[in-house]
Amino acid sequence: MSQADADHQHHDEHVAHHFESAGQQVSSGKLGMWVFLATEILMFGGLFVLYAVYRHNNPETFEYGHLLLETKWGAINTLVLIASSFTMAWGVRTAQLNKRKATSVLLTLTLLGGLGFMCIKYIEYSGKFSHGTGPGKFFDVVAYEKYYNKHQADHAHDHDAKGEAHDEPAEPAPVLHGTTRAAAIAPAVNFHSDIADPAAGPAGLVKLDPPKPKGFHIPWVHDKPTPAQVVQSRNFVDIYFAMTGLHGIHVLVGMGLIGWILSRNMRGHFSSKNYMAVDLVGLYWHLVDLIWIFLFPLLYLIHT
Amino acid sequence: MTTTPTQPTAPTPTPRAPQPLPAEENAPINYLNETRGIWSWMTTLDHKRIGVMYLVGVIVSFFLGGVMAILLRTELFSAGPGVAKLIGDALGHDKWQDTYNQMFTLHGALMVFLFIIPGIPAAFGNFVLPIMLGAKDVAFPRLNLFSFYLWCGGAVFFIAAIALGGLDTGWTFYTPYSTDPASSTFGGVIPAVFGAFLLGFSSILTGVNFIASIHMLRPKVMGWFKMPLMLWALYSTAIIQILATPVLGITLLLLIAERAGDIGVFDPSKGGDPILYQHFFWFYSHPAVYIMILPAMGVVSEVISAMSRKHIFGYSFIAMSSLAIALLGFLVWGHHMFTSGQSDTLNAIFSFITFFIAVPSAIKVFNWLATMYKGAILLKSPMFYAMSFIWVFSIGGLTGLPLAAISTDIHLHDTYFVVAHFHYVMVGGTVFAFLAALHYWWPKMFGKHYDEKPSLVAWFFIFMGFNVTFFVQFIMGAHGMPRRYADWSVEAWKASQIGKGLDTSFIESKVQLFEVCHKISTIGSYGMLIGFLILSYVLVRSLMAGKPASRNPWGANTLEWHCSSPPPHENFATQPQPNDPYNYSGWTYEPTLEGYKACEPKEPEH
Amino acid sequence: MSDTAPHTEDHHDEPHVVSFGLLAAVFAVLLVLTALTVGAWMVDLGPLNIAIAVGIAAVKASVVALYFMHLRWDNPFNGAVLCFSLVFVSLFIVFALVDTSQYQPSRTETGPTPFEQESGEALKNKTAE
Repeated sequence: MSQADADHQHHDEHVAHHFESAGQQVSSGKLGMWVFLATEILMFGGLFVLYAVYRHNNPETFEYGHLLLETKWGAINTLVLIASSFTMAWGVRTAQLNKRKATSVLLTLTLLGGLGFMCIKYIEYSGKFSHGTGPGKFFDVVAYEKYYNKHQADHAHDHDAKGEAHDEPAEPAPVLHGTTRAAAIAPAVNFHSDIADPAAGPAGLVKLDPPKPKGFHIPWVHDKPTPAQVVQSRNFVDIYFAMTGLHGIHVLVGMGLIGWILSRNMRGHFSSKNYMAVDLVGLYWHLVDLIWIFLFPLLYLIHT
Repeated sequence: MTTTPTQPTAPTPTPRAPQPLPAEENAPINYLNETRGIWSWMTTLDHKRIGVMYLVGVIVSFFLGGVMAILLRTELFSAGPGVAKLIGDALGHDKWQDTYNQMFTLHGALMVFLFIIPGIPAAFGNFVLPIMLGAKDVAFPRLNLFSFYLWCGGAVFFIAAIALGGLDTGWTFYTPYSTDPASSTFGGVIPAVFGAFLLGFSSILTGVNFIASIHMLRPKVMGWFKMPLMLWALYSTAIIQILATPVLGITLLLLIAERAGDIGVFDPSKGGDPILYQHFFWFYSHPAVYIMILPAMGVVSEVISAMSRKHIFGYSFIAMSSLAIALLGFLVWGHHMFTSGQSDTLNAIFSFITFFIAVPSAIKVFNWLATMYKGAILLKSPMFYAMSFIWVFSIGGLTGLPLAAISTDIHLHDTYFVVAHFHYVMVGGTVFAFLAALHYWWPKMFGKHYDEKPSLVAWFFIFMGFNVTFFVQFIMGAHGMPRRYADWSVEAWKASQIGKGLDTSFIESKVQLFEVCHKISTIGSYGMLIGFLILSYVLVRSLMAGKPASRNPWGANTLEWHCSSPPPHENFATQPQPNDPYNYSGWTYEPTLEGYKACEPKEPEH
Repeated sequence: MSDTAPHTEDHHDEPHVVSFGLLAAVFAVLLVLTALTVGAWMVDLGPLNIAIAVGIAAVKASVVALYFMHLRWDNPFNGAVLCFSLVFVSLFIVFALVDTSQYQPSRTETGPTPFEQESGEALKNKTAE
């Protein structure tokens, strides 16, 4: 009994009773968090499988779908998350160095970064829903067509000035072809190379002309897919919402955790002897950043 | 734990009153009663209490799933509608076959998600893992409690699913049936799927806890190859829990999104791919079966060695084979999909690797047999269950081989052969090991013995009942009886697509065989029911009036047998000195304790 | 017995603190790589585009993991856990791609899926008004 008592006397108040030392507690916490992060990677991994399979088999859905996204928002979000990762890592450093005020400031900045990210996501999502390109049952081609026509009217002079050929379908064809399974059910058409070839395909197919960039093109140009092209982008939209949606939920959870750490820090819970919670929340936040680092090019920087 | 200064005065001995034992053997103040009240249990951070709560939960779930099994076997006893129609009419179902479908769906889902996956790791692993490590608790006790509450949440959602109309998709939730509310019209799909999601997270967090505990809380003198095999088993299981379960998580979320929100990833009418669903589902569910069996094998290693009074044979082989099974298990999921339209390349790869999985399992079986050879076998209940495990699991494993070979699998897929195969490994395997664990660790967990003789009677009914139930299913499966069929009558065959245009006499002779097999199978299931009822009686009686157990009734040497029965809250009064967990020479039998007491170990450590 | 039970994988009690300069440098690198990714997107490199995009993302991710997430100075097992998870994700992706790349053309009727049919009709009806 005395041995255990002696142990307890040497114990920090911050060290739980089942750990022998603070170092053991911190190492365990880190290992536990990394194992948990591995599970998050596997969970998102499933969505990457979805992406890979659909992009490989149905490139036509990715051909036009990404044009529904505005790259500038994706890029700004990437910069915001990277900056918030930086402030988070810096905040862990200041927590280790007992700089309480600096830690609070940095955690607040990190939180604001997350908030900024979610605001931009809100802008993107609300745009999608209102334009008829929401996920699943919120996908409405008629609504999209309204939006598209308006957009084309607004930007008509831009297009003429740049001299880019942009074919609009003469009228919506009675038979639409070219969504998923298209490659499978029309062996005569090789979607990987003939997609813009008017001569390819059985009769009745809509001629699909993606707005192909010629050489350099300015990334912020809002080329929009036509309604016919949008119909076959439905899978892309679903995958986009699934991936960014799950990611967004993780950002919100991360923000909650950072808020919790911030409030604890302001109450003086953390010090150079006890900063593990800051470190572990930091690891979670960095994972959120890591996932976005892959989502951004895969969703926003698709090159047609 | 403070030693009580005086022994409690022995009451006048009557034939029924148990003899009191010294406090370091059978502690009057222990983890069960140190603090009292339901709130102290609901907010406990003690891994032992959490283990006991899990135990109660999984046993209740087992009985619920068992009720479903009895119902469906009762239905299948006779041709045409039976009890399914009675229940279906009461519930307002249009077709009694839908009621039957609900029975097997709920049987599978309750058993898999609520009982067998958490089963041994959560109930027994939580209890013994820290003690075997000589530690005071798992690495993250609050996370452990949270895992338990997630399990409870999952259970609540399953109850809700039943209340909201149930589901008939099969526990595998195959698309597009499950993602189309117009087809699978019962309202329980989304709650059940969400319940499974919560249970998945419970499993994941348990895995995180176990990995961190084994890495971090192990004393330096207990190297990786000096720790009990139960810990190797739990570690390997935790690896699978970490890597596989999240994929189930995302699959279930996508399923809900597809059913409720119409996103199109698995449903062809929305542009999705149903085979992709199967890949997602089985990527988890195949490794999941190794989550089910690896802890069971860990239990068997402990029980066989301790109750043969002989050092486990081939320790490193058993340890490494646990890891091998865990890792190989990730490479074979497509063997559930041989007839789904999966590509030939993948069919070949999965079939090839599936054959290899038999090897580490066989290594274990041979090592257990070698352990028993020339051992001083203690023929008590845990040993009966452990020995039954070896026999039944071997049969189950061997019947996996015709399923691994594509050519035979094409005929056996979706027949009762598959049903019999997985029940042999899951019931004959995991449930028997669960019962072995229950009987082995019961005196430790509750400080009381159970009556051995009625316990053996229960074993007999369970073992015989099990074999009668499932052996005939191999036979009828090989003859073509499909699984998940509500009715095997001639009329049903003739009315079905398969029956159309076939020569009637062929169907009739088959159906005669099916009838006999189904009837025998149902009788067997009632035998199991009797066995479980007897077992329940034995265990409840033990809790109420069992003889007090000493600290080491079996003479085993893993660290949990060094502390009192039941253990104190902090597990150990003084830090224990771990030594070879399979060296039994440090214990001799002491009749007054009805257990073993410590003495000088005779042989040097292996 | 002073050393009651020294534990495996116990860590020295002075934690490693990352220098501010290193953090700032990593931040700068990440910004540059992001700009590079976007810039590479503006150039048509055919099938290389996706390889470059994922490659740069992998570099960014490694840098975040090693420096921001401290793996450079941590117990190597933590890094092994990360790598292990990536291996299994890759396994899943590869197997799924192998399977789906061998899909055969459907031998039933060709034509629009129900969704395409609906959308086509919706658009037709809309413009017909």
